[in-house]
Amino acid sequence: MIESTMINRNSHHHIAPLWLYLAIGGALLVLTAVTITVSYIDLGGWNIVVALVIASIKGSLVAMFFMHLYYDKKIYTIVIVMGLLFLSIFISLTMFDTGRRGDIYEIKSEPIKPEADFYKELPPADSLDQTGHSEH
Amino acid sequence: MSSMPEKNYLTEKRGLKSWLLTLDHKRIGVMYLIGISISFALGGIFALLIRLELLNPGRDIVGAQTYNQLFTLHGAVMIFLFIIPGIPAALGNFVLPLMLGAKDVAFPRLNLASWYIYVFGALLAVVSIFTGSVDTGWTFYTPYSTQTSGAVVTMTLAAFILGFSSIFTGLNFIVTIHKLRAPGMTWFKMPLFVWSLYATAIIQVLATPVLGITLVLLILERVLGMGIFDPAMGGDPVLFQHFFWFYSHPAVYIMILPAMGIISELISTFSHKRIFGYRAIAFSSFGIAFISFLVWGHHMFTSGQSELASMIFSFLTFFVAIPSGIKVFNWLATLYKGSISLDTPMLYALSFLFLFAIGGLTGMFLATTATDIHLHDTYFVVAHFHYVMFGGTVIAFLGGLHFWWPKIWGRMYNENWAKISALLVFVGFNVTFISQFIMGIKGMPRRYYTYLDQYHRMHGFSTIGSWIMGLGFFIMVVYLVHSIYKGRPAGSNPWGSLTMEWETTSPPPTENFAGDMKLTHGPYDYDKIVPRTD
Ligand SMILES: [Cu+2]
Repeated sequence: MIESTMINRNSHHHIAPLWLYLAIGGALLVLTAVTITVSYIDLGGWNIVVALVIASIKGSLVAMFFMHLYYDKKIYTIVIVMGLLFLSIFISLTMFDTGRRGDIYEIKSEPIKPEADFYKELPPADSLDQTGHSEH
Repeated sequence: MSSMPEKNYLTEKRGLKSWLLTLDHKRIGVMYLIGISISFALGGIFALLIRLELLNPGRDIVGAQTYNQLFTLHGAVMIFLFIIPGIPAALGNFVLPLMLGAKDVAFPRLNLASWYIYVFGALLAVVSIFTGSVDTGWTFYTPYSTQTSGAVVTMTLAAFILGFSSIFTGLNFIVTIHKLRAPGMTWFKMPLFVWSLYATAIIQVLATPVLGITLVLLILERVLGMGIFDPAMGGDPVLFQHFFWFYSHPAVYIMILPAMGIISELISTFSHKRIFGYRAIAFSSFGIAFISFLVWGHHMFTSGQSELASMIFSFLTFFVAIPSGIKVFNWLATLYKGSISLDTPMLYALSFLFLFAIGGLTGMFLATTATDIHLHDTYFVVAHFHYVMFGGTVIAFLGGLHFWWPKIWGRMYNENWAKISALLVFVGFNVTFISQFIMGIKGMPRRYYTYLDQYHRMHGFSTIGSWIMGLGFFIMVVYLVHSIYKGRPAGSNPWGSLTMEWETTSPPPTENFAGDMKLTHGPYDYDKIVPRTD
């Protein structure tokens, strides 16, 4: 029973016209040229944004037309978008860490050395009671 | 008294070959059951050895290096070989098609392949024990894991391969649930165990590849010296933890979600009452599955992760309590005014409610960044984790095992011994791990080989608890194996349950049901029909 429905679905496969493939291919080449051109212009941090946006457009074109996502059932699009969504969750939440380390508190990573200043300010060891607290 | 059906999946074909080449989901489920039982025994022996070593400070039976390997192996074997495949691949494999009224899973060959991959991964893990073993802990944290002389590559490769087994099972279940439900079984007439397996399968398919990527990156750095996690080469060791926990936190839900599904079945069946809040329980599985992807940073509050990230992860982690609470309160509401029978599976279900509540609530202590600074890497974490994973998943697994055991083998185990064993496991578990909560609050660090005198008594309690649990499991093995040969025939529906797997004989025939199945009543219609018991 399952097999018969699968054959059915296959027979509905859409065949896209040749000109569309050529147009998409052309668009990909043009976008590649744009990527290269933009890389010579200094936009600061925006360079990477532009490059990623263009790459995403190219990837979407390939997935939609060369890989037939546009003609297929919506469920396949949902599956792919889900994968991308979870990838973006992973990257963005990780960047909240890697991009923002030491933001709220200034981290003082001085190595502890006996000659360090704050050691000299401490009361002498024998004036500490058993719990380690100073009497003062 | 009922008798055994003459022709069933166990007897229809005989010989080792008929098992090793079988495509029958029930036989594959049984083969998984054997695999995970051996793994559980192995991991359990490691646990008993760890506890024995910790009976006194200093050396008791093994040296420090061996001790490090023991706790690593205990963790790795229990996680990757037992608890992840445990409920879905063993019990789920057996029960899912039966619950749907189907003749098999959607892809029987893929199912068998996943078992062989599991066995291959397991053998590789065993090989690693004999080729130097791993001493990194099951988390394989860098930079230690890239520098230690242990067999890190072999063990991580094993975990990598086991991941594929898990993905195959998940894929198979998703398609099976979509395509093979009996006529009349709409989404909201599916048993809740099926819902939980579906949510689990989504996590298996989405998260497991990230574990694969993580372990490959680790191997690349270790073998080829690529600078991914080593700061000296421009890498970031905390990045490893991000990668690792992006899989391993959702993996905790791969372990607990199917357990919750079993509890829904048990509570409704043994209260002889319609489950309270069916849709809420079903959807909360997806709530948990989704939130599970947003909280991994709570393992990293003290790793040097940015404070901003810690605050976000702490905030998000508390949301897990909502769907978990929804489930627990719905189970309690199901119990309320039910006519409860205290058979062994129900004893496990009730144990689950207590232990999971403790495990879940102590998780809130750890999700709070301020208290976590004190509690991280202490026995408090170990105890919390075991309350969720053992008190939650393993207890539910045992409940499910005792529930479906008569369906799997067609025979009943000795109910009295089963109750004694359940009691010993429950008491032993609490003795072992409540003492670890106390030690942890007092500052006893996890994974240490020795300790100060002030922890001596608590470690003693904990070790004695492990012996009580060990005794409980020993009794269980004896009466379960005995029942396969000598138990009294169970009949098709010994518990009076309404889900579809009880409508066929025990053990079921190879094709599961005598004819084509059609849904005639919902899985929890106890208010409408009195189930036939025989
Ligand atoms: Cu977690």
